[in-house]
Amino acid sequence: MSGGFGGFGGLQDLYGEVILDHNRRPRNFGRLPGASHSAVGYNPLCGDRVEVYLRVEQGRIEEIAFEGVGCAISTASASMMTEALRGKSLEETRRLFEGFHALVTGAPAGGGAADARGGAPELGKLAAFGGVGEYPMRVKCATLAWHALQSALASGAAAAPGSGSERESGSEPESGNRGATGSR
Amino acid sequence: MSRTVHSAGAGGAIATTAGSAAGAAAPSYDLERVRADFPLLAQTVHGRPLIYLDNAASSQKPRAVLEAIAGCYRDYYANVGRGVHRLAQLATAARERARERVRTFVGAATAEEIVFVSGTTEAINLVAHSYGRGRRTGLAAGDEVLVTAMEHHSNLVPWQLLCEERGASLRVVPIDRRGELDLAALRRLLSPRTRIVAVAHVSNVLGTVNPVAEIADLVHRRGAVLVVDGAQAAPHLTVDVAMLGCDFYAFSGHKVYGPSGIGALYGRAELLAAMPPWQGGGGMIEQVRFEGTTYAPPPQRFEAGTPNIEGAIGLAAALDYLMTLGLNAVAVWEGRLLQWAAERLGAIPGVQLVGSARERAGLLSFLVEGVHPHDVGTVLDGLGIAVRAGHHCAQPLMEVLEVPATTRASFGLYNTLDEVDALATAVERVREVFA
Repeated sequence: MSGGFGGFGGLQDLYGEVILDHNRRPRNFGRLPGASHSAVGYNPLCGDRVEVYLRVEQGRIEEIAFEGVGCAISTASASMMTEALRGKSLEETRRLFEGFHALVTGAPAGGGAADARGGAPELGKLAAFGGVGEYPMRVKCATLAWHALQSALASGAAAAPGSGSERESGSEPESGNRGATGSR
Repeated sequence: MSRTVHSAGAGGAIATTAGSAAGAAAPSYDLERVRADFPLLAQTVHGRPLIYLDNAASSQKPRAVLEAIAGCYRDYYANVGRGVHRLAQLATAARERARERVRTFVGAATAEEIVFVSGTTEAINLVAHSYGRGRRTGLAAGDEVLVTAMEHHSNLVPWQLLCEERGASLRVVPIDRRGELDLAALRRLLSPRTRIVAVAHVSNVLGTVNPVAEIADLVHRRGAVLVVDGAQAAPHLTVDVAMLGCDFYAFSGHKVYGPSGIGALYGRAELLAAMPPWQGGGGMIEQVRFEGTTYAPPPQRFEAGTPNIEGAIGLAAALDYLMTLGLNAVAVWEGRLLQWAAERLGAIPGVQLVGSARERAGLLSFLVEGVHPHDVGTVLDGLGIAVRAGHHCAQPLMEVLEVPATTRASFGLYNTLDEVDALATAVERVREVFA
């Protein structure tokens, strides 16, 4: 056990113990047999690549997994995303992403603070990514898996993995996420 | 001319100099004084002294360069080339002196062989556009352009564009396991159809120094021309285009301690003379009529529009600074830095150096097992150490190396052995934290 970055020029704000732990031991890592949705997130600028698999039933994420290679931020983000989203409805998922995106970009939550308090689900452990806002270059790392998730969900509920239903998703200019997600 | 930058010292001798950076410098190379010439270096980052090891991306500027630029604006600024008034004459003369300074820096025969450009990228695009598309010199369908597997995008994409347009083929000369150019493959790939060969003098990822003179000989035997990307070589090696035997040589001002937005292209006189303009405008013409225009001779033919006047003057000041320090002294010092960095980083378990060419200059790419280069870069930044992490504008090379990215530490004439030690200590810390 390393003890993290205590005393290291603010690095512990970015690389908190929870993030380091999920980077070392990513949860829900691997392919998901029987996935109903999947998509690849790819960031050509840093070579990070994450593939997200979902099994969605009746508007709820029953199972979720990921695999790929990336930096500590993108790996931990993908891992913690899978933990946060299992069992969540698609609407809850959407609001979590909004809240997470606002957190890591340092922007006020989508519909303003009142909405964030009243409407958004608790970010819970995802709050560990609050330090990313201080590192604009790393925002795209934190959101890569989430963009892949969006892309997977947008690819259509009827899609079976490998059935050719994959699609490119739009990227978010404000996050610098150029070509963040692509078809598998 | 020596193109070898490694000091002759054995590893053991280098090791004994660790920890006393200033004292370890050769008597002729006063590192403390050199550092004092660069005002930016005396600052802290995240509460720690800045350790600037991103010189391959861009280098910091000595006071002499800052003063030269400020002096131009303060004392004698005007547009160049056509003014009859006093200031225009002064500014024009200063810019032409700068051209002459570049000429001596690269060893060209005449100042007419030096074209001012915005940087290496523009220089290569100039050659691709003008030589590559010229009526007398341009490529035809079926012609071939050779590049190497270690090229920066700027010495690859202009040739791809040219080949696509002309129906020519782009061939890639591979590298070996050490990161050296496969010269046997180059010999095989050279053919009567080869028209242009484009090679980095020094790789911006591997640090490999390519044997330009030997390559030039092979290229010329096939009747092709050799374009050399000197962006990473000019800060570290003595460049002598006559000895290198290349046809074009490009470099950027901002990597040789000069300003950004200025660079130079050396082109062999008879080639430049045969090449058409690539941009039209003021300054590049002889006589303009609505019916047609005749063009100025080189280098003005390739310098349309009001140029980067203060940039050229700043570049000349940077080259003056380098040449006053002594290119050999600089190369010897940087060779020690590089060798010490290779030893220190190479000795850390789980750290893999990327590229082990026998001749290297200026930089070191490395991988830390299990840690993404961006995390390495961010952690080093938190410790005040500026390095670069990513694909370094060489995505095809990353594919060849089968890595997504590397971390790159690149050295300048002001770096110290203590800074190398700090880098190694920080990388050890990276390993511990992410393990």
